[in-house]
Amino acid sequence: MTANLVALWYLVASVCFILALKGLSHPETARRGNAFGIAGMTIAVLTTLAVVAQGRIDLILLAMLIGGAIGAYVSRKVEMTQMPELVAAMHSLVGLAAVLIAVAVVNNPAAFGMTPPMPAGNRLELFIGTFVGAITFSGSIIAFGKLAGLGKKFRLFSSAPVVFPAQHLLNLVLALVMVGFGCMFFLSQDQAWMPFLIMMAIAFVLGVLIIIPIGGADMPVVISMLNSYSGWAAAGIGFSLNNTMLIIAGSLVGSSGAILSYIMCKAMNRSFFSVILGGFGAAEGAAAQGAGEKPVKSGSADDAAFMMANAESVIIVPGYGLAVARAQHAVKEMAAKLTAKGVSVRYAIHPVAGRMPGHMNVLLAEAEVPYDQVFEMEDINSEFGNTDVVLVLGANDVVNPLAHEKGSPIYGMPILDVHKARTVLVNKRSMASGYAGLDNPLFYMDRTMMVFGDAKKVIEDIVKAIE
Amino acid sequence: MTGIVDPTITNLIVFVLAIFVGYHVIWNVTPALHTPLMSVTNAISSVIIVGAILAAGPAEIDLGSIMGALAVGLAAINVAGGFLVTQRMLEMFRKKAPKSAPDAKHGA
Repeated sequence: MTANLVALWYLVASVCFILALKGLSHPETARRGNAFGIAGMTIAVLTTLAVVAQGRIDLILLAMLIGGAIGAYVSRKVEMTQMPELVAAMHSLVGLAAVLIAVAVVNNPAAFGMTPPMPAGNRLELFIGTFVGAITFSGSIIAFGKLAGLGKKFRLFSSAPVVFPAQHLLNLVLALVMVGFGCMFFLSQDQAWMPFLIMMAIAFVLGVLIIIPIGGADMPVVISMLNSYSGWAAAGIGFSLNNTMLIIAGSLVGSSGAILSYIMCKAMNRSFFSVILGGFGAAEGAAAQGAGEKPVKSGSADDAAFMMANAESVIIVPGYGLAVARAQHAVKEMAAKLTAKGVSVRYAIHPVAGRMPGHMNVLLAEAEVPYDQVFEMEDINSEFGNTDVVLVLGANDVVNPLAHEKGSPIYGMPILDVHKARTVLVNKRSMASGYAGLDNPLFYMDRTMMVFGDAKKVIEDIVKAIE
Repeated sequence: MTGIVDPTITNLIVFVLAIFVGYHVIWNVTPALHTPLMSVTNAISSVIIVGAILAAGPAEIDLGSIMGALAVGLAAINVAGGFLVTQRMLEMFRKKAPKSAPDAKHGA
């Protein structure tokens, strides 16, 4: 196959990838979009196989078969509550693949059509692709550990921020040293393994150091950011190999992840840098202490069932607690019972509910909740005022009315206005404050009733009580 | 102003235009599908398998082709896993009749 023909096939594959992303604009067209994605990937792989047809096809096919089998197995077995972990793990694989390819390029530039020694321009691009790939790899491993709850065994994976003195200074120094070795690699005339490998090693360490100070509830930002990095790594490798396919696909993914990070930061009213530089300030946590023992009204699942069954409209607000308790099927069952009694049931989703963008939507979809009953924040926020009962399931900061009060640490964060509803039921395991360490005035309102307990247990009791 | 444009410049043009396309396409993605978006972009970024195949290609086996073959394996996990799990999720986002079976599957 001539180089021109290869480039044209890559163009076809790129168009397929764009159509794949375009399909996701609506649930009805999304499956067709995914089919376009698969078609694009098939074209890209077959075209490349034709390029190396004279080489070790057997080795390549074997590797593809093993990898494909593992991927297929995992995609079948994974539970929807585990999606954030899975996505983090997959980001790490893209990062590692980018690094391995970079090593192969340094080892033998001739195999990629470059005349050794590698041209300076390609070196620069390879340097960028390698360090982004390495940071993506080790950072995603840490994110995976945090999301999978491995923090009990290894402190490095703790979902609480891991901080130590002079952390940012250390990161800065390491980054500068890494860039220094990168320049050495860029300027050298021979193979230059030494600066390349040191640069790579520092990038691996940096990936770990960047992610450990970031706490659990900031994970939606981190995971979107790593998504973006995995794309830029692919694009960087594409530059050094002069491969337009990798550049286009990498840029699409890179901009996708960047936009998601932006949406997530906006939904938390935090700047990207404040998330990356680690946890909420300690001073803010102290504010919660002053709250003291204010009276809360608490009730049983039976009381909650009675209120909802006699309401005309109910809005359910799911949060991370729902995912932890795996209560999505129980919730759906409860909604079905209520609907059968003539109650209008809707769901309201805050953009950062859960541990990754869209996490709650997938869980509700898994429980077969029709997607036209599920509303995004801006579409349903005006409805809370004329809603009889709101049921908050394991969410806290995203329904904290302090966000409307000037001077509070979360002032300006967009929230679901559940405090405007006629009755608010809040299910939590305890009165512990949310991630921001803030007290939540919602819990002390006269119209609020707390229902303590595990979300799944409580919902199941409510289902039994609605008869 | 004569001569052939350097490939790096061509790459840069492609890169910038692709970012613009990505920017406009992604803003149209409905927030409900952000998780499938992440898994499908994950599968798409594993098109890095193209680079891995090139690395594993040479007829004689050396450090580079072993690294390449490893990278092919890793990327293949993502290609298969990414697209299949996206498919699985999207199957769940179907519009159902308002009176769908109340006996939602348990387990999971």
